[in-house]
Order: sequence, then structure tokens, then C-alpha cells
Amino acid sequence: MTDMAGRMAAARRQTGFYDRLRVNKNWQGLWFMAPAAVILLLFLAYPLGKGVWLSFTDAKIGRSGEFIGLENYEWLGWPWWSDKDGVFWLSVFNTIVYTVVASAVKFAVGLYLALLLNEKIPFKALVRSVVLIPFVVPTVLSAIAFWWIYDSQFSIISWSLKNLGLIDQNINFLGDPNNARMSLIFANIWRGVPFIAITLLAGLQTVSPSLYEAATLDGATKWQIFRNITFPLLTPIIAVVMTFSVLFTFTDFQLVWALTRGGPVNATHLMATLSYQRAILAGNLGEGAAIATAMVPFLLLAIMVSWFGLQRRQWQQGGNDD
Amino acid sequence: MTDQAASSRAALTDTSEGMNYLDTLPRRLVSVYLPLFVIMIVLIFPFYWMVLTAIKPDEQLIDLDNHNPFWVVTPTLKHINKLLFESNYPLWLWNTMYVSVAATILSLIASVMAAYAIVRIRYRGAQWVGASIFLAYLVPPSILFIPLATIIQAYGLFDSPLSLILVYPTILIPFSTWLLMGYFKTIPYELEECALIDGASRFQILTKIILPLAVPGLISASIFSLTLCWNEFIYALTFLSSTQNKTVPVAIVSEFVDGDIYRWGSLMAGALVGSLPLVILYSFFVEHYVSAMTGAVKE
Repeated sequence: MTDMAGRMAAARRQTGFYDRLRVNKNWQGLWFMAPAAVILLLFLAYPLGKGVWLSFTDAKIGRSGEFIGLENYEWLGWPWWSDKDGVFWLSVFNTIVYTVVASAVKFAVGLYLALLLNEKIPFKALVRSVVLIPFVVPTVLSAIAFWWIYDSQFSIISWSLKNLGLIDQNINFLGDPNNARMSLIFANIWRGVPFIAITLLAGLQTVSPSLYEAATLDGATKWQIFRNITFPLLTPIIAVVMTFSVLFTFTDFQLVWALTRGGPVNATHLMATLSYQRAILAGNLGEGAAIATAMVPFLLLAIMVSWFGLQRRQWQQGGNDD
Repeated sequence: MTDQAASSRAALTDTSEGMNYLDTLPRRLVSVYLPLFVIMIVLIFPFYWMVLTAIKPDEQLIDLDNHNPFWVVTPTLKHINKLLFESNYPLWLWNTMYVSVAATILSLIASVMAAYAIVRIRYRGAQWVGASIFLAYLVPPSILFIPLATIIQAYGLFDSPLSLILVYPTILIPFSTWLLMGYFKTIPYELEECALIDGASRFQILTKIILPLAVPGLISASIFSLTLCWNEFIYALTFLSSTQNKTVPVAIVSEFVDGDIYRWGSLMAGALVGSLPLVILYSFFVEHYVSAMTGAVKE
């Protein structure tokens, strides 16, 4: 009798426990998060840590390396050292020039294009689809098109300029260091403008027209309206979109690899392409990982900018963290 | 939140002229139409050039002086024909599609569950998990490919499409989760409470109530994911080595460049055929995409 009652009580307690567990928020949350968490931990967080570890080893392809401390970084050196790695510092210089110039122009043109698209124009849908084309065509495939446009013999740009009588001989777009840099920056701008323009356009459309009406009634000029209404309301979105733009321009790989592979004479190597060349083609995983890890400080800087942009948005809108 | 979303939708469809009626036509011509036209020409030109080159006969390609290079007389399908029937291109196209679709489905399932848990189950620390998923979006492939190559090698997945299917979701999940979180937030909580009282489990609520209501969000997330996969280059370049496993972007760069002066026709045909599926997909969903972007931006 008591035995049976005891067993029943145990059973009740057991089902009670499972029932409570089944509706427990944290337990349910855990299971719902599991697929995403497994993938992100296994293929994102773990490699991120392993990359830093690899940069402290002399790993080569097919051989797990041993810990060698900061030696890889010592090889890279500082710009003022006489035995620094010149190619690496050239790639840092290229990356910074590439990022700063391309991002600045992308922002200016993107904002301008967004303002134009926000006007009342005929065939709005068609115009938007055309603007999105550079964003939709895969980067490598449009890079191939640019390769043909930049061809040393049959470039359509050289041909047009020659026929207009502006130049005498073909421009060597990808063979000359500075030309190659400018050509890459142009291709990057071409690829990046649509994303910025469409995102800013989305932001512009949330600005209430009544603000513009009020400002016009008060006699504000177009510039004043832009400076005092449009721009302040747009800053949070600008902060986010430019963070992404800077981040992805800084770590760009495919455009450069498809167009120049870092040449001529390393003049267009970015940090990403150089780390690919050192790690995968030359097989020095440790050295490549050190170059890739050297990008992290810049990454953190970009994330900080994004963070403060987001914070600012929350108090601007009078909302909380939700 | 719901109000905000509704008002943003209203703003999207707003057709009022605002203060535009103050502008005269000539003025708009110079300040709006002309710059817009110039920018659009520049944006469209490389794609136009790609299409044109793909259907140009070889002799017109390298003879710029006897034929107007900006147009094509007697277009030919020779390059596209050669591409589709005399090369591995269909195989590469199939690989790209297979990898993109599989990775998209995998990451959609994972991000739907994650987004739902963060927004609606609200377990302890959900906010922090949401923030760290956003941060995961900021980790670029360029700093991950070296360690990932060693990990893929260690798991025995090297030179297998499976490696890409497993790795691509690391790019897709953060974005999709973030986008879907915004969509789920706009669905009234009362619907869910009713179902909970009727004894539905969380999983049933997700599949029977939330998902049907979040279809627009799911479409945007999958289009964006497909594009990202199709576009991805550095992982595919690093992880795949044999010709028959390559994806279109990698194959075009490494297999098509043979030093032949006439290679441009087939290169451009390859680039064109590789872009067309995405261009067509986007032309159907462009308005949808723009409004999804507004939603994601506002979150």
C-alpha cells in the first residue's frame, strides 16, 4: 500500500518535473537556438579563435605547426623598421587607400543617388531595378566584365577616348600600379553604390513629408532642408550602412583577385589577397593567419562606430533597448 | 512596433507630391533627370557590355574600327552554345545552384528558430544572444578562410560541396535572423497567447501561426541568402580543387582563362549565364526587396 503510494508520488513528481521543464522558457530557448548555435560556434567562433592561434604557430599546409610566439608578427615588423616586410606594409597602405577613397565616393554618390530616386520620377520601379543591377550580378562575374573593359588592347574606354581625340594611345589600365589601383577603386565603387543608395532610400522614405512642407513654408532653402532635416534623420542609417561598407571594402578579396591578383608588382595587393597568397598558394598558414589577424583591430574600430551609431538612434527615437 | 511598421508601409506607398510642385520642369530636368540618367548609364554599362560581348561574333570583338563597338550586327549564339554544350559549365551552374539552395534552406530553418526564440520565447540572455548574432555578421570571410581551410581538412570535407553548404550559413544566419526578428516582432502577441491557451506547443505555434504570417520576411531572407551564396568566392576558391566540383565564380576565373585572344566571347557568355538567374529573380521581387530593406533598417 505505502509502496504503491510512494511509487505514484514518484511518478507524479517525475511527470511534474518534465512538464515544468517542457514549458520552461530557458529550456525551450536552448532547443530553438541549437541549430544556429551549433553552426555559428563550429564554423565561426571556433575558426576565429583558431585563426589567432595559427598566427602564433609555424603551421604549413599539411603540417600542424608548433607555437613560435610572435615570430610571424616580427617578420611583418613595423613600418619604421628597416627589415620590415615591405610587401605587407604596401598591402596595408593599399587597403587603407582603397577603403578610404572607395567608401567616401560610395557614400557621396550613394546618398546623391538616393536623394534623386526619392524624387517623383516616371518608371520608378524600372529605374530601381536598373540601379540594383551592379548589386545583383555576382562580383566576380562583373569583375570579369570590368577586366574586358580595362583590356590593354581592346578597352572600350581607350577606344572611345581615342576617337574623341583626348588620348593618343591606349591606357594601360591594369598594367600600371596607379592606374590599376584607380581601376579597382572604380570597380568597387560601381559595385557598392546601389546597396548604399537603396538602403538610404529606404531611410529617406520613412521621413515624413510634412516636415519638408513645414520647412518650405518657413522659407528654408533646399540645402537648409537637407542639412537640418534630411541628414540628421538619416544619420543612424548612414552610420550602420557605412560601417558595413567600410568593413566589406576593407576585407575585400574577390574583386582584386579576379582583376589583378595583386599585381602589377604587388601594387594592388590588399591584406586579404596577400594573406590568401601567403597562406594557400605559398602554404605558409601561420604567416597568412598573422596577416588576417592584423585586420582585426580595424574590424573592431568599425564595430565600435556601428555600436555608437545604434546607441544614438535609440535615444533619438526616445525608445529603449527593445 | 506594429504602429511603426504600419506607418512605414504607409510612407512607402505615399504618392503625395510634397513640395515638388514648386519646381519647374526645366529645373527638374537639370537637377534630377540629367544626373540620374548619367549615373544609370554608368551603372548599367558593364552589364550591357557583358551582354553585347556574349553575343558578338569574334571578328567584331577585336575589330573596333570597322564596326561600331557599341552595337552588334549579326549577333551569334556561338559563345553561349559552346559554353552550354562543349564545356563543364552546366555542371558548375548545377553546383552553384545546389550549394546555394541547400545552404539557404539550412540557414532559413536555423534562423527562423533562433529569431523566434529571441523575440518570443525571451529566454534568459536573449538580448545578448541577439546582439552577438548581429556581431557575427560583422566577421568577414577574409579572416576566417585560413583557419576554416584547416578545419575543413580535418573533418575530411575538403573538395566537397558539403563543406560550402555547412560554411555558408555562417554568413547567412546572422543576416536572416536579424531580418526575421524584425518580422516576428510585428506579429501580434495575442495570436500566440490564444494558441498557448488552446494547448499548442511552441513548435506548433511557430509552424502554424508565425510562419504563415511571416512569408514576406521568409521570401526576402531567402532571396538575400541565395544571392550571397551565389556571390561567395573566397571559401569556394579555397575549399574546392577539382574541376567538376567548382562553382561558377571560381570556375570562370580559373578554368576559362586560357590566354586565347578570342576567349572574351565565352568569358562574357559565362558571366552572363551565371548572372541571369539572379537578375531574373530580382526583377520579380525588387519592390518587395526594397520594402524588406526598410523593415530591416528600422529594426
